[in-house]
Amino acid sequence: MTDVTPLHEAHKSLKAKMGAFAGYDMPLYYNEGVMAEHEWVRAHAGLFDVSHMGQIILSGADTIAFLEKITPSSYGKLPDGRAKYTVLTNENGGIIDDLIITRIAEDRFFTVINAGCKQKDIDWIKANLPDSVNFEQLDDRALLALQGPEAEKALQHCLGIETSDMPYMWLWEKQLADDTDIYISRVGYTGEDGFELSVPADKAAVIWNKLLEHDDVKPVGLAARDSLRLEMGYCLYGHDIDDKTSPVEAGLSWVMGKKDNTSFIGSGHVMGQIENGVSNQRTGIRLTEKGVAREGAEILDARDMNKIGTLTSGGFSPTLKESIGQGYIESKYTDIGTKIFVNVRGRNIAAEIAAMPFIPAKTKSMKKQAA
Amino acid sequence: MTENLKYTEEHEWIRIEDGDVAVIGITPFAQDALGDLVYVDLPETGRKLSKGDDFAVVESVKTAAEVYSPVSGEIVGINDNLSNDPELIKKSFDEGWIVKIKMDSPDEIAELMDKDSYAKFCEEQDH
Repeated sequence: MTDVTPLHEAHKSLKAKMGAFAGYDMPLYYNEGVMAEHEWVRAHAGLFDVSHMGQIILSGADTIAFLEKITPSSYGKLPDGRAKYTVLTNENGGIIDDLIITRIAEDRFFTVINAGCKQKDIDWIKANLPDSVNFEQLDDRALLALQGPEAEKALQHCLGIETSDMPYMWLWEKQLADDTDIYISRVGYTGEDGFELSVPADKAAVIWNKLLEHDDVKPVGLAARDSLRLEMGYCLYGHDIDDKTSPVEAGLSWVMGKKDNTSFIGSGHVMGQIENGVSNQRTGIRLTEKGVAREGAEILDARDMNKIGTLTSGGFSPTLKESIGQGYIESKYTDIGTKIFVNVRGRNIAAEIAAMPFIPAKTKSMKKQAA
Repeated sequence: MTENLKYTEEHEWIRIEDGDVAVIGITPFAQDALGDLVYVDLPETGRKLSKGDDFAVVESVKTAAEVYSPVSGEIVGINDNLSNDPELIKKSFDEGWIVKIKMDSPDEIAELMDKDSYAKFCEEQDH
C-alpha cells in the first residue's frame, strides 16, 4: 500500500514524474527535469514537498534527559527556538537515523525524522520512553521546504512572513493571515538559505499554491533534492549512514554535546572510537576523468589498485559539471588530493579525495544579528 | 525516415544501412525516462556482440541505463561526438546514434517491432 502526502493532487496537476520513496508516491521531478530544477534552486528558490518525513513532539519535564539518552547531543543550554542536527544511536553506536531537533519551549521539542526511518524511530523512541516524557506524532501536518537565495523574499511576499532577522537553525511559531498555525524553521538540505514549513495538512495545498505564484519559485522534486544535498556532502540515511556506521566514522562527531559524554545509548562504543580512531571514514571524492560513479562503486588505491573503500553516494554535480561522491575509505587514504580510482562496471576512472562540501554553503549565520 | 526504423522492448531504435549494418540509438521514451544526460560510456570498435549483450551505458543526473544489442555482430562504428556532448542522443537519428553493428545474420531484424507495434508497446508501459 503506497502512501500519499496532502500535496499528491498538486503534484499530479503539475504533471510531476512520480516514484516510490519510503512507501510514498512522491514527485521525482516536474516538467523541466532534474538539471533545471537543481540550477533553479541554486539561483532562485525551489519548493519541495517533504511531507513524507515524520514530525514528532516530545514534551514533559524529563525531555532533555531523554533526548540526551537517545542522541549524543546536549540540550540544556539550547535557547527556545534553536534547532540542532543530531543522530539517534543504537547500543553499538550505530546511527538509527539523523534528524533535526528543535527546542520550541522549555520542555517541548519538535523533531523531524526521515521518511524511511519513521516507524523504526518511533518504535525505538517509544521503547525507551519514560513515563515522564510525552510522545506525540503530528500525523495531520505537511512539511514544505522552500530553498534558494530568493526564499526569504518569496516567503515575505507570498505569506507575509518577514524573516530577515531569523538566524540559521532557528524556528518560529507563526500565524498566517487566516490564523493557520505554522512552524517555520530556517533549515534545509540544499546548502542554500531556506526554510521548512510545518503546516496543517488541510492547508498544505493552499500554501503550496500561494508560494508557487511567485515568479522566483518553482516546484522541485526529490531527484534534485538528492543532487543538491550531494553537492553539500550531506548524508542520505540508508546510504551514507546506517545502523552499522557510527557518528565518528560518518564524520559527525561534532554533534556530540560534551567531549566526555557517557549518557547516551551506545556512548561506550562511540567514545572508544573517538579515543582510538576509526579505520574507515566518510570521505568526499571527485572524478578527474569523465564518467559517473554511483553508490556501490569500489574505491581503489591509485598505486597498487587495492580496494580501499566503497562509494555510498555518487553522481553528476550540475553545479560543478563533474562527478562527485562520498563513501567510506580507509582512514590513511583520506587526505584531500590523494589520487584514487573508482571502479565503474570494470572500468577504473581516475579520481581524488575531495573536501566536503563540494561547493560553499550559502546558509545564513547561526548567530542572532545585533539590532 | 522513421517508418523504416525497428524498435526493441529496451527502447532502442535500429536503422539498417547498407543491408547488414544496424545503427542503434535510444528512443524518446528512454530519453524521457533518463532525463538530462551527462555521460555515455561507449564501447570500442571491433568488439563482438551477441544479441542481448550490453555494450554502452547512458548516464543521466538521476540514473544509469545500459544499452543492449538487439542483434549479434561486430561494432564497426561508434559515435565519438557523444563523449563531449551526451545530449546529442536526443537530437536527430543522424546525430544521436550510439553504435553501428555489422550483423552476423540480418534476419534477426525481423523479430523486432515496427513503429506501430512499438507505439502500442510504449502505451502499455505507461500504464
